[in-house]
Amino acid sequence: MPLLEVNNLRTSFRTDDGIVKAVDGVTFSVERGKTLGIVGESGCGKSVTCLTIMGLNNRRNSTSSGEALFNGENLLEMSPRRLRDLRGNDVAMIFQDPMTSLNPVHSIGKQLVEAVMLHRDVTKRDARLRALELLKAVGIPRAERRVDDYPHQFSGGMRQRVMIAMALINEPDLLIADEPTTALDVTTQAQILKLMTTLQDEFDTAIIMITHDLGVVAEIADDVVVMYAGKVAEEGAVDEIFTRPHHPYTWGLLGSLPRIDADVERLVQIQGQPPSLLKPPTGCRFHPRCPYVMGVCRTDVPALLPVSHQPTHLQACHLDEETKDHEAAKLLEGTLAEVG
Amino acid sequence: MLQYLIRRLLWAIVLFVAVTVVTYVIFYVTPSDPARLAAGQGATAADVQRVAERLHLDEPVWQQYGRFVWQLVGERSLGTSFVNRQDVNDIVFRAAPVTAALVFGGALFWLALSIPVGIMSALRPRSLIDRAGMVFVLVGLSAHPVWIGLIFAYFIGYKLQLTPITGYADFFNPSQEHGGPVQWAHHMLLPWLTFAILFAALYVRLIRANVMETMNEDYVRTARAKGAPERQVIRSHVLRNSLLPVVTILGMDIGLALGGAIFTESVYSLPGLGRQVLQSYENFDLPVIQGIVVFATCCIIVFNLVVDLLYAVIDPRIRLT
Repeated sequence: MPLLEVNNLRTSFRTDDGIVKAVDGVTFSVERGKTLGIVGESGCGKSVTCLTIMGLNNRRNSTSSGEALFNGENLLEMSPRRLRDLRGNDVAMIFQDPMTSLNPVHSIGKQLVEAVMLHRDVTKRDARLRALELLKAVGIPRAERRVDDYPHQFSGGMRQRVMIAMALINEPDLLIADEPTTALDVTTQAQILKLMTTLQDEFDTAIIMITHDLGVVAEIADDVVVMYAGKVAEEGAVDEIFTRPHHPYTWGLLGSLPRIDADVERLVQIQGQPPSLLKPPTGCRFHPRCPYVMGVCRTDVPALLPVSHQPTHLQACHLDEETKDHEAAKLLEGTLAEVG
Repeated sequence: MLQYLIRRLLWAIVLFVAVTVVTYVIFYVTPSDPARLAAGQGATAADVQRVAERLHLDEPVWQQYGRFVWQLVGERSLGTSFVNRQDVNDIVFRAAPVTAALVFGGALFWLALSIPVGIMSALRPRSLIDRAGMVFVLVGLSAHPVWIGLIFAYFIGYKLQLTPITGYADFFNPSQEHGGPVQWAHHMLLPWLTFAILFAALYVRLIRANVMETMNEDYVRTARAKGAPERQVIRSHVLRNSLLPVVTILGMDIGLALGGAIFTESVYSLPGLGRQVLQSYENFDLPVIQGIVVFATCCIIVFNLVVDLLYAVIDPRIRLT
């Protein structure tokens, strides 16, 4: 049984302009100790998917359906009390912006101790020792002295380390990281990613890594979900997605990667804008931007189906498999040619 | 820290000079003849001349100001009233406790009223309590304290006979018929309420907005993601942050409230600074006006300093240098 199994997850928000279906039937699963990358453009629903799993959407203006089975328990229908027990203990989350994710008026020690005391029946002293241990594990220099410092006394990278320490302090089975490196500079990004993978091995934690950076996915993910406009475009093992991508959107994403070895005037880009989720396009949501668009794409929503040679590789596109193999090979060849 | 205090004190002196000079200038720009008023009706021109000499009103303004500063620094005296030759120090120190009781008691009332209402309306937007709170805010902002005072005095004091309508009872020195803490509080009840309503209305709005804004902060989401129960999220993460600005504004408003006390004191005939200053303006009694201005300025300066120091204690991001 997978650690987390998400089936047909839907979340919509009521806004003044109407109902926004931010997540519209998303299915994926995460195995124990593995890393799943969720990629897509801004606003494609990747963050909302994870906030829904955590039960952190504002209940006043959002509704969710489907299921998110964590060790067989549906997170979406769980009592608030049980959900609180799981949050921070079995499932933890790291957010995008470390500058605003820590409470400015409490010392980081206090915030770490709070995370321990919420789930463990220990004394404050022991909780503090545990906090120190984690601060050292995430590489905060002179942790004993810095534990009583306040968030504003830390740099962005250090704060994200503190967030990671806070998320891992109760050794969760699943860590959801919502673009944990986006707000950091490039050298810090690499350090944080390395830290996450090291700690993943140490604690045997599964990770869901939300990102729009395919480089990050290639680096650390075992499986990939490509999302577009609230739906899954393609999902499968990382090697499959990178070597035999079967969706024009994935081709676009891979084609628009900057390469250090190719001398090009301009980066290739996917034409057009992501659609408004207030009024998504009919049929395949990618059709207004798709260079391979056919009549059927405008009317019929493509189902998420396995490709013939690999049952775990799913894709949602009307194109015939021959064309897709052909195009994928061409894309890959182009990449290889550039490398060669 | 010490450096900060010294800098603040130097600024206080500048502020003090500015405020007193402005008071003098305004007083002498107003067309008036304080010497004639002080000499009384039926005084001859010679009498008025003598009075003017005695009160040093015949000297140039800058000399009068110099004399005032000299007296204040040298003898710690605010001078004597033009009108009744009373020591201004006495007048101020008799009136100040009344105003202090009104302002601080009123501040307690408005905080006690606005903090719970503000928080509840923020946590349950569009609920009954939120709507009721908004009605209260509208009334509190729109109605003048004098009108509120008269309405309270009429219904609560006169119709229901629950509280005295006017007057003040001394807290420490009971006279024969009234005095002591109970009588004091009984007499102050209506003034406190009247005084508190305007500020309570402002504060409900402020606290509601602050709490709602803080609820959307990332660190509140982090606290929920840690598995903290909602009560703890609100208490430990939302309230502390959303009440920080209230402390700053409270410090400024208590200074401001000294001015607002004029209306409440007039309605309820409380012998405080506000009523005294009003009387002195009518009589062109410069030393008393100046004395009260000096006293109020010092109070406001001290108060803002206390608030700044307090702020550094409760908000770790602020370190005074």
